Amino acid sequence: MLNVGKIEEGFVLDHIEAGKSLEIYHHLKLDKLDCTVAIIKNARSNKMGKKDILKVECDINTLNLDILAFIDHNITVNVIKDGEIVDKKELVLPREIHNVIKCKNPRCITSIEQELPHIFVLADEEKEIYRCKYCEEKAGTSSTW
Amino acid sequence: MRHLMNPLDFSVDELEKLFDLANKIEADPAKYAHSCEGKKLATCFYEPSTRTRLSFEAAMLNLGGKVLGFSDAASSSAAKGESVSDTIRIISCYADICAMRHPKEGAPMVAASRSGIPVINAGDGGHQHPTQTLTDLLTIRSLKGKLGGFTIGLCGDLKFGRTVHSLINALIRYQDIRFIFISPEELKVPDYITDMLSEKGIPYEEVIRLENCMPQLDLLYMTRVQKERFFNEEDYVRLKDFYILDKEKLSAAKEDMLILHPLPRVNEISVEVDDDPRAVYFKQAQYGVYVRMALILTLLELA
Repeated sequence: MLNVGKIEEGFVLDHIEAGKSLEIYHHLKLDKLDCTVAIIKNARSNKMGKKDILKVECDINTLNLDILAFIDHNITVNVIKDGEIVDKKELVLPREIHNVIKCKNPRCITSIEQELPHIFVLADEEKEIYRCKYCEEKAGTSSTW
Repeated sequence: MRHLMNPLDFSVDELEKLFDLANKIEADPAKYAHSCEGKKLATCFYEPSTRTRLSFEAAMLNLGGKVLGFSDAASSSAAKGESVSDTIRIISCYADICAMRHPKEGAPMVAASRSGIPVINAGDGGHQHPTQTLTDLLTIRSLKGKLGGFTIGLCGDLKFGRTVHSLINALIRYQDIRFIFISPEELKVPDYITDMLSEKGIPYEEVIRLENCMPQLDLLYMTRVQKERFFNEEDYVRLKDFYILDKEKLSAAKEDMLILHPLPRVNEISVEVDDDPRAVYFKQAQYGVYVRMALILTLLELA
């Protein structure tokens, strides 16, 4: 059994679908932050069988986790302070997402314009529908994929 | 600095001001003949569109301005692989305002985000064609005296027709509008539009034959039913005549009904209808010039 020590301040992202932790690591831009990160893959889970966990030691005000709501609603976000869980953060769908998914419309300008970011804007919060900022092609969150 | 990407970019109040200006131009064009002296319009057309491009050019020339541009991608730097972002930065050095048509959806929006001058979307793929919608609204307002309080029939290809979708979205901002969608099953208006109308409590009906609803209509917006949209030729042959407006079908219409069409017309309106006072589709093209003149003045802050 692998043991990873507890963190003093930061986040523990639990119940990540097994194999998805590295993708989330990149979407949260953790590679650009100078902080301690533990990536635990294929941990045993009663609920999921296997799961991934991310532990991030950082100032809890520095990390924007909204993108997690778009990627996977089921992730549990534990907020840690002084080594204890002080809160379970509720995820809110971000208004805009940048370069997380690509527009699938072959007629969209993103298919030819160099280095144009793929931006999706939240069009319907209730139905979890995003639309491409440029061509309005529809895209849903992971729960609608 | 403002751009026009979508017909809904302007509020109802802003549209009223724009249409008032267009009507003033219509009433006294000479007064505006020098309003844009010293200004240049760039028409960047990455795909051919004779009518829209000439309408923009006529609008700028009527205002005393000058025009420059290209009329297909092959004769532009896009053929060498230049991005829209780079092209608009260059055009911003040459002109004061730009009308852009592009086959890729969202291209004018990318241009607007990098531009030093106002950009008008002159059509981007199957996405938006806002100046057509403004033309339709101005025509209705000028000839009916109001935008609202009428039953409008939209006839033909309601599935793929972007002008129809834009017009519906623009009209629902006005009071007391009832829609009748006249199309074959294959070309029905998309569900997301009927769902949206139901949610907003806006009345609509869907019918297969034009004759079934003609007496109810205050406005009839015709579009072309294209053969290639049908799964088989048999269905096309069976249905196409339902969507051709001729004198006989028109005989059941109200005396003051207006017939609109975004043009080009192929055969969906018989030539015999052209002389009927209710046929206003050529006037509509004239209103297209007035509304583009008003738009250029507004975006250049010369209004």
